Amino acid sequence: MTAALVRTLGDFDLAEELVQEALLEAIEHWPREGIPAKPGAWLLTTARRKAVDQLRRQARFRDKLAELEGALMRDDTAEGDDRLRLIFTCCHPALSREAQVALTLRAVAGLTTVEIARAFITSEATIAQRIVRAKRKIVEANIPYRVPAEREMGERLEEVLAVLYLMFNEGYLATAGERASRRDLAEDAAWLAGLMVRLMPEEPEALGLLALMRLHLARANARFDNAGNLVLLQDQDRGRWDQERIASAMVLLQRAATLHRSGPYQLQAAIAACHAEARTWRETDWRQIIELYDALFELSASPVVQLNRAIARRYVDGAQAALSDVDGLAAALDDYYLFHATRAELLRDLGREPEARAALIRALELTANPAERALLRKRLS
Amino acid sequence: MKYVLLFGDTKDRAKQWEAMPEAQRQAAYGQINQWFGKYASKITGGHELQPEHTATTVKFNNGKPVVTDGPFIEGKESIGGYAEVTVADLDEAIEMAKGWPTGGPVEVRPVIDRGEPHR
Repeated sequence: MTAALVRTLGDFDLAEELVQEALLEAIEHWPREGIPAKPGAWLLTTARRKAVDQLRRQARFRDKLAELEGALMRDDTAEGDDRLRLIFTCCHPALSREAQVALTLRAVAGLTTVEIARAFITSEATIAQRIVRAKRKIVEANIPYRVPAEREMGERLEEVLAVLYLMFNEGYLATAGERASRRDLAEDAAWLAGLMVRLMPEEPEALGLLALMRLHLARANARFDNAGNLVLLQDQDRGRWDQERIASAMVLLQRAATLHRSGPYQLQAAIAACHAEARTWRETDWRQIIELYDALFELSASPVVQLNRAIARRYVDGAQAALSDVDGLAAALDDYYLFHATRAELLRDLGREPEARAALIRALELTANPAERALLRKRLS
Repeated sequence: MKYVLLFGDTKDRAKQWEAMPEAQRQAAYGQINQWFGKYASKITGGHELQPEHTATTVKFNNGKPVVTDGPFIEGKESIGGYAEVTVADLDEAIEMAKGWPTGGPVEVRPVIDRGEPHR
């Protein structure tokens, strides 16, 4: 049994220790509850569960953790079902989005309230209270603890994926300085998305979301320079991208495609994949990206999608065409800093410097993110 | 488990309702009746309420009751009626609320169950 654990853990001492702990638990439980039908399997499951508990909070063991959990769920479908019930309850639409996020991190990912508080730069008391309130609502309003029925699955899965995506962005958009002191929520979110994929392997949007996260994480090392400044995609050193992670995302996307149900996460992942596959910024397949944005726009008619499409058009039809697309979005996006930052770039391309500066100043007024601000200031000077 | 569904209405919608031609209003009532019919076995109480302008509120100023005209919920929304439903869980109550046909919001509130109701 220790061998089975060592195989996945690669750490004999830890495996042995966990088997010992499982035996101790057996001594405690079996006299009271009787010897289980398959004592060996019981012990292995218990030891694995203990390993999972130990490893869950340590990022460097995440891959091993995934393997272990896969083993747990294979041996024990009840365990898998239980995890799903827990996830869907934590992400029930009757809970506020912030409660969903905190509860999922606490109950599913196993983070402590201190760790969650640090991730959101808030107090432990705030997070603890958020979790207590959510738990109370689950009990008092009788939110059922179950996997949603087939007919509501689409909607409920969308809710879960939205929670994970928000969690991911919270971590991913943190600035370099913050990243040093904050827990990397993006990794937690990717781990949870991986869990969803293992539990619901036939859901293409779960695959799409995991692929999207991995594609972004693959570039994480190149996103900041040594001084902690944000480096834009076009200026990133592509040699620093994590090719292994990119490859694993591609496999996920291909698997999703075989299920023939497209969706926003798969499309966004496909766009990220176009960037990941390009050897240089110039070689990016912009036509394909424009097509993907068109498909995305059909699913969710958002002006931000149109803005991104316009940015891609610049490299196919030129800055003038892109600018007239962007200007058409003024009414919808006047409060969005990237709208003005994009305009500034295009105006500068066209040699309209004074207008470009005015747009940059406007963009600067609209963002509080220090890394973004530093970048805009640099362009102004 | 018991829940109360509070059927909300906005002032604008209430006005539209009053201005509606009779035939249209009948059709709208038909949809509401259909909803009540569909869930008849789960609905254990409730009423449609007369419009807001019929409301009277008793407030307490330092414990002294003061009678005033109008509802105590101030703002754009008002309560047009309620239904008490007895269902398995919140999901089932939400399912009913999602089928509510007027276009107005529905608040779902669990009822505190202390055994038999007081009469």
